[in-house]
Amino acid sequence: MNFDDEPVPGYSLPILPGHVSPGRLERVLRAGKFAITSEIDPPDSADPGEVLKRAAIFDGYVDAINATDGSGANCHMSSVGVCSLLTRVGYATIMQISCRDRNRIAIQGEILGGAAMGAANILCLTGDGVQAGDHPQAKPVFDLDSMSLLEIARGMRDDCRFQSGRKIVTPPRVFLGAAENPFVPPYDWRPHRLAKKVAAGAQFIQTQYCFDIELLKQFMSKVGDLGLLEGPNRVYILVGVGPLASAKSALWIRENVPGVHIPDAVIKRLQGASKQKEEGKRLCMDLLQQIREIKGVSGAHIMAYRQEESVAEIIQATGVLEGRVPWYPGRDNPAQLNPESPQAIAQPAQAVYE
Amino acid sequence: MYKVRRWVVRHSRVFETLYRNFEPILVKLHPLWKRLGYARVEAPMRAVEKSVKGLLFDCQMCGQCVLSSTGMSCPMNCPKNLRNGPCGGVRSNGHCEVKPEMKCVWVEAWAGSRNMQAGERIQVVQQPVDFRLKGTSSWLSVVRQQAQRNEERVQ
Repeated sequence: MNFDDEPVPGYSLPILPGHVSPGRLERVLRAGKFAITSEIDPPDSADPGEVLKRAAIFDGYVDAINATDGSGANCHMSSVGVCSLLTRVGYATIMQISCRDRNRIAIQGEILGGAAMGAANILCLTGDGVQAGDHPQAKPVFDLDSMSLLEIARGMRDDCRFQSGRKIVTPPRVFLGAAENPFVPPYDWRPHRLAKKVAAGAQFIQTQYCFDIELLKQFMSKVGDLGLLEGPNRVYILVGVGPLASAKSALWIRENVPGVHIPDAVIKRLQGASKQKEEGKRLCMDLLQQIREIKGVSGAHIMAYRQEESVAEIIQATGVLEGRVPWYPGRDNPAQLNPESPQAIAQPAQAVYE
Repeated sequence: MYKVRRWVVRHSRVFETLYRNFEPILVKLHPLWKRLGYARVEAPMRAVEKSVKGLLFDCQMCGQCVLSSTGMSCPMNCPKNLRNGPCGGVRSNGHCEVKPEMKCVWVEAWAGSRNMQAGERIQVVQQPVDFRLKGTSSWLSVVRQQAQRNEERVQ
């Protein structure tokens, strides 16, 4: 899809009528296209080139890139840092904010900073507990929860106010997202909890990994019945998928990663395959194709931790973009290529920078 | 106590009714609290509230009680202090991500709310905790606000 006002890297798009953000993700979703997002594994490094290199893997395949915020309670480069580097060359980012590490003063400052740096989407998360990560001795903050964070962020954007009531001169123009996990208890509350998040300000949802299509179908039909997928305040749901590397790693994830539900059938399918990694990818493709057919699903969020290069393959094989090439720096003008992209490196330096 | 608080949640309807009758009595006593001085009543009231609610709900004295909106399951016992529902880390057996031996406070809350008359209040988005109120009596502050509203209505 082409917008006639594609971005100049580092600059925001005009905000269309009825939209809240200058971002491409909101445009793609509101245009009714099947959106694809993926996430960057932020480096344990202060090297900006490393961030750009990791983003270039997704060139032409994703509508926005999530910058995780200490995911799994492990320490990495901050999400606002990653977003700043990415927006500088023009990538669309989803800045994740977790309530685990900062109080409301820090978080509201981060929202302003991120928006000023061009992050047009914010994903409001509670965050994994500190016990899950590499610093279990850290103090868990949890001053806010994902719901109150959403409400505060919406207040900052729509009412130009901090939680304290103090005025904000230029509000953060952000498309607000949240997470949902339809695959863990209490199952019958999950759709209602989603409704609560929408009431608090969520406009898009990225779900936890889906390996259980039946649970997803039940969830989506209830969400539809609650009227959350219609009208001007509707919510767009992007379902999480990802390739499993092997049966062994699937078992490990099931035991150790909070909130990931992997049915026995999935593990059996991997165990029965001669090339488990390939089978993991095929399983992901199968799921993605089934998910696309479910009524009310607006897109997919592909989490391919340490298999980021497989995202392109999965998207190509499933054809979910229907021939669309999401914008990336250099798509229409090679001079704008991300300097760390393999294409830019293959070309003589002059052609890139002239 | 874990066992007591789980028993209470199973009987959330009873405790809802109890509190519904208890609150108006406290509000009626507003002139008394006023005469004695809210500041002076605070300490004994806090002590009573702490022992009663501590026993029944494992109350953490956040000072802004939401039990009536959370199925009588105290959200401050959630290791993440979530006030608006479960996180995405709930285990398949309904137990907590952080404390695997404990049932998720919010799985309990949902079940408790289903038995209550005003169970739908669980869907109302709660404001974040005001940490200035930590350790103060929630009963007294409810009574004070209620009495104030009543007085305003009369005027």
